[in-house]
Amino acid sequence: MNFNITALVPELFFLCMVLALLVQSLGSREWKPPVEKWLPFGACAAFFVTITGFHLHGAMFWDVYKVDLMSQFFKIVITFGFYVVVLNASRQPTLAEGKRADYYMLLGFSTLGLMMLASSVELITIYLALELASYSMYAVIPLRAKDKGAAEAGIKYIMFGAVATALALYGLSYIMATQHTTYIAELMNKPWSFADQPMAVVGLSLFLGGMFFKLALFPFHFWCPDVYQGASNETAAFVATMPKMGAIVVLCRLAVLLKPGLEITTILAVLGALSMTFGNLSALAQTDIKRLLGFSSVAHAGYIMVGLVSGTPEGIGAAAFYGMAYLVMNLLVFWIVSRVASDGRNLKLSDLNGLYKKAPVLAFSLAAGAFALVGLPPTMGFMGKFFLITSAWDHGYNWLVITLVVNSAIAIYYYLSLFRHAFTEESAPSHAAPPDNGWFASAGAGMLAAAVLVIGMVPAPLFNFAINAGKTLYGITVTFAGGGH
Amino acid sequence: MLDFGYPVLTILIAFPLIAACGLFFLRAPQVVRYYTMAVSLIECLLAVPLMGFKLNADFQFVEKLDWVHQWGLQYYLGVDGISILMVLLTIAVLPLCVMCSWTYIGKREKEFHFCLLFMTSSVLGVFCALDLVLFYVFWEAMLIPMYLLIAVWGGDDRKYASLKFFLYTLAGSTLLLAAIVAFRVTGGTFSIPDLMQMNFSFRFQFWAFLAMALAFAIKVPMFPFHTWLPAAHVQAPSAGSVILAAVLLKMGTYGFLRFCLPLTPAASEYFAPMMIAISIVSILYGGAIALGQSDIKKLVAYSSVGHMGFVTLGIFLFNQRGVEGALFQMLNHGIVTGALFMMIGAVYERSHSREISKNMGLGKYLPAFMFFWGLMALASFGFPGTNGFVGEILVFIGAFQDSPFIGMFLVPGALLGAAYMFRVSLKMAWGKPSTAKAWRDLNAREWIYLTIPAVFVLWIGLAPTGFFKVIDPSVNKLLNDFDQRKVAAVEAEQPMQTAAADIHSLLAEKE
Repeated sequence: MNFNITALVPELFFLCMVLALLVQSLGSREWKPPVEKWLPFGACAAFFVTITGFHLHGAMFWDVYKVDLMSQFFKIVITFGFYVVVLNASRQPTLAEGKRADYYMLLGFSTLGLMMLASSVELITIYLALELASYSMYAVIPLRAKDKGAAEAGIKYIMFGAVATALALYGLSYIMATQHTTYIAELMNKPWSFADQPMAVVGLSLFLGGMFFKLALFPFHFWCPDVYQGASNETAAFVATMPKMGAIVVLCRLAVLLKPGLEITTILAVLGALSMTFGNLSALAQTDIKRLLGFSSVAHAGYIMVGLVSGTPEGIGAAAFYGMAYLVMNLLVFWIVSRVASDGRNLKLSDLNGLYKKAPVLAFSLAAGAFALVGLPPTMGFMGKFFLITSAWDHGYNWLVITLVVNSAIAIYYYLSLFRHAFTEESAPSHAAPPDNGWFASAGAGMLAAAVLVIGMVPAPLFNFAINAGKTLYGITVTFAGGGH
Repeated sequence: MLDFGYPVLTILIAFPLIAACGLFFLRAPQVVRYYTMAVSLIECLLAVPLMGFKLNADFQFVEKLDWVHQWGLQYYLGVDGISILMVLLTIAVLPLCVMCSWTYIGKREKEFHFCLLFMTSSVLGVFCALDLVLFYVFWEAMLIPMYLLIAVWGGDDRKYASLKFFLYTLAGSTLLLAAIVAFRVTGGTFSIPDLMQMNFSFRFQFWAFLAMALAFAIKVPMFPFHTWLPAAHVQAPSAGSVILAAVLLKMGTYGFLRFCLPLTPAASEYFAPMMIAISIVSILYGGAIALGQSDIKKLVAYSSVGHMGFVTLGIFLFNQRGVEGALFQMLNHGIVTGALFMMIGAVYERSHSREISKNMGLGKYLPAFMFFWGLMALASFGFPGTNGFVGEILVFIGAFQDSPFIGMFLVPGALLGAAYMFRVSLKMAWGKPSTAKAWRDLNAREWIYLTIPAVFVLWIGLAPTGFFKVIDPSVNKLLNDFDQRKVAAVEAEQPMQTAAADIHSLLAEKE
C-alpha cells in the first residue's frame, strides 16, 4: 500500500478540526467553550493549508485515492465554501445554543466526506465518501428548532437520498458484473456503448443517478426546493452548494468515460436540457426566495451537464470552473438572504423591497450575485457559462448550447426580480426584523461580491487551473509552471 | 503580445467608471452634480489624443493584451473611421446628459450619476472592442445602468417599460453570444480583424447572420422588434432618453456594420432584400404612428424607429452612398433626437405634461426654446442646410442607385417625417397657449446644452467634408472587402464545403 502523508495534509488538518468539534460536542451541557470564536480561524486556516497544497500529487490506498490537480482544485473550493458557511452560520438565530458544536461537527464531517470524494477514483470509494458526506446532512437539515417544515425537509432528504443511494449501489453492481473493475482509470478503456455493454450502460446510468440526486438534476431534484425552504437559511446555504461540489467532481471524473454520441452521453445531455428548462420555468412562479434558488439550482445543474458531455479536457475544465462559480455566487446570495432575514424567517421577494436604502452594501452585493447567476458580464457567472458553451459547441451538442442560451434568457426574469425588489421598490412599513447591517454582514457580502466581479474580469488564473485539472484526467501531462500560478 | 503606447481608449473607458466610484464619498446632491459634470468634461479632454486619428481605414490606437490565454480571449481595443465618430458622439453626449438632468432628477442623485458614468464606460467599450467576447461583455454590461435609469427615475409606468427593455434586449443578445461562440469554433479566434479576413461557408454565415441580426435588430430597433422602444423612451428620464437615442440605438446599427457585413457577407447579401423590406416598413410605420401621437415624447420615440430604418436601409444597400448615408444618419440621429429629448425634458419641467395640447403657444412666450426646437425639427426631417439633409440625401441616392423601386418607397417616408414634425412644431409654436404665459424662457444651462448640438447640426449640414474624410476610407475598405468576399463565397461550387475546414487544417499545420 503506497502512502504519502504529505499529500494528505489538507485532509488531515481538516480531520483534526472536525475531531476537535467532536470532542467539544461530547462535552457536558454546562461546558460551553465558544466554538464560534475559534472555528472561523480554523476553517480559514484549513482553506489556506489546502491552497498551499494545490500542487500535491500521488495515488494511495491501492490507488483508490488520488491526489491530483482536479482533487486539489475542488478541495480548495470546498474548504473555501466551508469557511464561508461557518462564518454565515455563526449568526444563525434559529439554532439552540446547546446544539452549536454538534451542528458544526456535522457540517465538518460532511465537508470531509466531500474532500475525500474529490480524491476518490474508484467507484466503491466514491460510494463510501458520498455516504460520509450525506449522513451528516440527514441530521443537520432538521436541526432548525421548533419548525415542522424543517422536520419535513429532513425526512424528504433522507427518503430521496436513500432511494438514490440504493439506485447507485445497484448500478455499481451492474458495472462490476460486466466490466470487472471499479477503477475509473480501467473503466476508461472499456466499451460504453449500448450495443457492446448494455448492462454496464444501465449500471453507469443508475450510478450516475446517485450523483444527480446530490446535484439536484432533473428528475432527481424533487427534494431540492422543499429542503431549501424547510432548512434554516444558513443550513440551506450549505446544502445548496457544498454537496454539489462533490457531485460535480465525481461527474468530472466519470465524464472521461463518455464520448459524444454514446447513448449515455446523450442521456446526460437530454437530462441537462430538461433540467435547465424545468428548473427555470418552475423558478419563474416562485415568491419564496429559497424555493426560487432551489429551482434555479436545478437549472444550474443542467448547465453543468453542457461541459461534461463534450468529452474534452476543456469541457471538464469548464464544468469545474462553473462549479466553483456556482458555489461562490450561491454562497453570496445565501449570505444576503441570511443577513436580511436576521431573525431566521423565510424571505419572500417582497421582503427585499427597499433594501438599497436599508443596507446598501447588501443590496449591491445581491445585485452582483443575481447578475452572476443570470450570467451577465462582467461576473464569474458569465465567464463560467461562456466557457461551458464554447467547450460544447461543435462537439455534437449544438442544440444543448442553444437550449442553454434560451434558458438564460428565461432565467433573467426571476433573477432580475431579486434585483428589482431590492433597488426599484420602496419598502412598506412592517414589523419584521430589519436586515443585519453591521460591519460583519457588509464585509462578508462585499468580499464575496468582489470575488464574483474580480474573477469575472480576470478569470485566467483559476480557469487555467481548472483546465489543467481537466487535462490530467485525460492523462495529459501538465507542468506546474503552466498551472496558473 | 504587448502592443502598448499611450492607452487612450482604455483610459477613456476606465475613467468614467473609476470616477463613478468616487461618487459614493459625496453627500450633497449639488456636489454630486458638479463632480459628475467635472468628470464628463475631463473625459472630453481625455479624448483629445483621438484627434491624432489618421485618415485611413486601419484600426488605430490599438491596444492588445492576453486576457484568458487558454481560450484565446484578448483585451483588444481599436477604432477605425466607423467607430471613432460613435466614440466621440458618446463622449460628447455625456456632459449634455448631466446638464439636462440638473434639475430634472430630484432623488437618489448619486446612483443616477453613477449609472450615467457606468453606461458611458460600457458604451465606449462596445465601440472600441475588437475582440468578440470583450464586445459582448460591454454590450451586456450597459443593460444594468439603463435598466435602473428607467426603473428608478422613470415615469409612472416605469416598471413595465424597464422590464420590457431588459427582457427584449437580453433575450436577443443571448443568441449573439451563441453566434460569437460559433465564430470562435469555426474561425479559431475571437479577434474581429482576424475574422474579417476569413471566408466562412454560406451555411454557417446563414445561421450566424440570423443570430446576430436578431440581437442587432432588437437594439436598433427594427420593426417588429421595436415595441420596447416607445415604452422605454416615454418612461425614461430625459438623460436616459438622450443616451438611449443618441448612443444605445447606434450599437445595433454599428453591429450590422462591424459584424454582419464583414463577417457574413454572403448571408448579408442573401438577406438584404428582407432587411431592406423591414427597413422600409420601419420607416413608413414609424412615421405613420408618429403622425398620430398626442404625446411629444412618444412622437419623437416613434420617429426614431423611422430614422433608424433609414440607417439600416442605407447599410443593406451595400453601396458607397448608402453606407455613408447610414453612418451620417447614425451621427445625426444621435445629435438631433438627443437634443429633441432634452428639449422635451425642459418643457416638461415647465408644464409637467408631455401632451402637445398642454405645451402650445411657445413661439410667443419661449422664443429661444422654439428657435432651437424649430432647428432640430428641420434637421430631423432632413431640411437642406441641416445635418439631416446630408444623411438622408445620401441614403436616397444610394437607394435610387440600387433600384428606383426602393427609392420610390422612401419618398412617402420622408414626407411623413416632414408631416409629423411640422404638425407638432406648428402646434407648439402657434397653438393657443394654455399656461405658457407664466413660463420662463431658456436659462443659461439650457442655452449651453442646446447650443452645442445646434452647432453640430449646422456644421455637418453646411460643411460635411471633414466628416466624409474620416469615414470614407473605412467605408471603402468595408465595401471592397464585402464585394470580394461575397463573390468568393458565392463562386465556391460547394459553399457547404467550408472554408472553416481549410482554416482548421491550417491551424493543425501550424501546431
